[in-house]
Amino acid sequence: MDFSLSPEQKMLAETVKTFVKQRSPVERFRKLRAEQRPWDPEMWAHMGELGWLSVPFSEDAGGFGGGMIEVAIILEGLGKALAPEPYLASVVLAGSAVAWAGNAAQHERWLAPMMEGTHALALAQAERASRYDAARPSTTAVRDGSGWRLSGEKIFVLGGAQAHAFVVSASTPDGLGLFVVDPDGPGVSRQVLRTIDGHGAARLRLDGASVDDDRRLGEPGEPAAAVLDRVLDRGAAGACAEGLGVAQAMLDMTVQHLKDRKQFGVPIGSFQVLQHRAVDMFVEVQLLRSMSVLASIRADEPEVELRQRSVSAAKAKLGTAGRLVSQQAIQLHGGIGITDEHDIGLYFKRMVGLDTALGDETWHVQRLSNLPGFAGA
Amino acid sequence: MDLSFSAEDQAFAQEVRAFLAEALPSDIRAKAEIDAPFDPEETMRWHRILFDKGWVAPGWPERFGGPGLSATQRFILTEELELAGTPPLSPFGLKMVGPAIMQFGTPEQQQRFLPKILSGEEVWCQGYSEPEAGSDLASLRCRADDDGDHLVINGQKTWTTYAQYADWIFCLVRTNANVKQQAGITFLLIDMKSPGVEARPMLTIGEQPAFCDTFFEDVRVPKANVVGPIDGGWTVAKALLGHERTLLAMVGSSQRLLRRVKRIAAETFESGRSLLEHPGWRTEIARMEIELEALQMANYRALAGAQLGKAPGAESSILKLRGTEINQQLYELAMKVMGLDALSWYNEAGVVPDMEQGVAPQFCYARATSIFGGSNEIQRNIIAKWILGLPSGK
Repeated sequence: MDFSLSPEQKMLAETVKTFVKQRSPVERFRKLRAEQRPWDPEMWAHMGELGWLSVPFSEDAGGFGGGMIEVAIILEGLGKALAPEPYLASVVLAGSAVAWAGNAAQHERWLAPMMEGTHALALAQAERASRYDAARPSTTAVRDGSGWRLSGEKIFVLGGAQAHAFVVSASTPDGLGLFVVDPDGPGVSRQVLRTIDGHGAARLRLDGASVDDDRRLGEPGEPAAAVLDRVLDRGAAGACAEGLGVAQAMLDMTVQHLKDRKQFGVPIGSFQVLQHRAVDMFVEVQLLRSMSVLASIRADEPEVELRQRSVSAAKAKLGTAGRLVSQQAIQLHGGIGITDEHDIGLYFKRMVGLDTALGDETWHVQRLSNLPGFAGA
Repeated sequence: MDLSFSAEDQAFAQEVRAFLAEALPSDIRAKAEIDAPFDPEETMRWHRILFDKGWVAPGWPERFGGPGLSATQRFILTEELELAGTPPLSPFGLKMVGPAIMQFGTPEQQQRFLPKILSGEEVWCQGYSEPEAGSDLASLRCRADDDGDHLVINGQKTWTTYAQYADWIFCLVRTNANVKQQAGITFLLIDMKSPGVEARPMLTIGEQPAFCDTFFEDVRVPKANVVGPIDGGWTVAKALLGHERTLLAMVGSSQRLLRRVKRIAAETFESGRSLLEHPGWRTEIARMEIELEALQMANYRALAGAQLGKAPGAESSILKLRGTEINQQLYELAMKVMGLDALSWYNEAGVVPDMEQGVAPQFCYARATSIFGGSNEIQRNIIAKWILGLPSGK
């Protein structure tokens, strides 16, 4: 058993820390938000130059052959700074889908420009009628000559505002299929949405959209469904890591505030009732860190039930820990914590975004409790 | 990063399981299977079996009779014993005064006391708290007056767990009342058979005589029984509390308790289906399982840190806090699952299913875990001050 980082991983963590401090403080996100820009394409290109966008993909697919530990290091750093570039949405979710289900030509066509940082991708799996259950989309894909016609609507596509291509899940006569859809193609319309955390999202309407067969990723049915399942678990693990960064930042800011803010002639951090509240936040951050590590280790675990159990436990913990930490962070900041001017509220809202996406606490608790091993363990 | 154990450690886990299958006496095993509480005779019998195997004190260095296991193997041994539901051994000798004597005692004290702690020949209890000195331990008043080669003890200790069965007690006593409180305390070993010592058992809310009021009236104790310097006992006590804090994550016993909750839920019916088939109950149980998993991971991280020789840090400071809360919440859940059976109080077998026997008293006694070993509020004070660096206040 070993939880220490390798020398390469330590170096990556240092690079991320420096990058975030110098290039992406929270003010950057605040400015983009004010201009209603979902991201900064130059920053994305820079992340591509640093190699971050290639981290979790195999060398065959042109990636670095890293894993979720490396991804988690990057996401935790981005979470601390509220960086709005769609690392989770484009690299972890859509990128993994293309990498795992796509062939060499498809890697070249969609993954390569994403890894370089010239393009972003998004995964369009969520629908209004099925909530977090991605297994049976009501979006359909039917054969049309040598190609396909897709119809349906995808909601709150993460990173959808800035994506150059969408990986869309749809029901085919043979089961679930994955297709890469051009948002500017015929029969496709993208509506950019505003979200609580200021991160880019979109609604995607497919109205008999014509899609060539070379845009189909892998074989519809069990193979595609299994890929989507794995992709979503990777995404949930990634959300835990980013959420950990958000929670850690809120704890640090709150402890600093308790030391600086004076009332009744003393720092408010000398009051025991507030100290104990801060300790409860600290405990939850520690537990979330432990579970984020677990999720990273197990996200690519081949034994499905073990993977699902660990990822769901961690994502559920993100829900409970994230709620306690972010709510108490506002409370301990007092009135200033309610203002848009103070950063703590931005973190609070990002936590809502991460808790809600990819299955919330209730959904993951239920998934875990319905695994075959639950009753027997 | 790697969550798995090495082949060598897995083989060790196998060895522990094989030993348990062989060596756990059948009457103790029968109790373990239904999580019935053990009496002191059973606990000491198991102590001696582990002693004969060489595993009674996994954490002791080899020169004092420890088995020379790695940090991971110590962890595996502890976890396997807990998971099998074996009687928890009294920590006062093995995990508290033993390590204190190793760290602060003279060679004579080490030779005199350590072998008999190991063998179980001498059983220990702890004399820290007093009626007027609980969380504010340094305000203790039990007096030790100088009388040549001896100290003469007068006063009272309380919450002395199982003092009525103990041969020895380690005490904090006041040797100097004219200095800063912490600077006038001495760590002293007292023979419970000395004239003037009386342990009066009292019942807990679980209605078991788990602890005592212990009185000292003109008890003469040789100065040779002082551990560390006279007036230097606070340092010894603090080192010992550190040991105690890391003992109390209770992961293994909480895992057993969770399993017990599920077994009770599987056999408890409402509206024609078991509670374990009821989605509402499943999610309630699953939420506890997730909290326990998070605690276990935090425990693993603390262990991995220990393997690398790191002092217990931020991870371990939360273990006592969350470990005891989770254990209490699990008992609460067990009581809820039992429904009306939760009312049963020491009734004869058959009134409630065997699996539920004893849950209610254990649920009551579990309230002690967030109080002893430094109350959870004191733990929060420690984290606030030493980890978060918050300013002290009143």
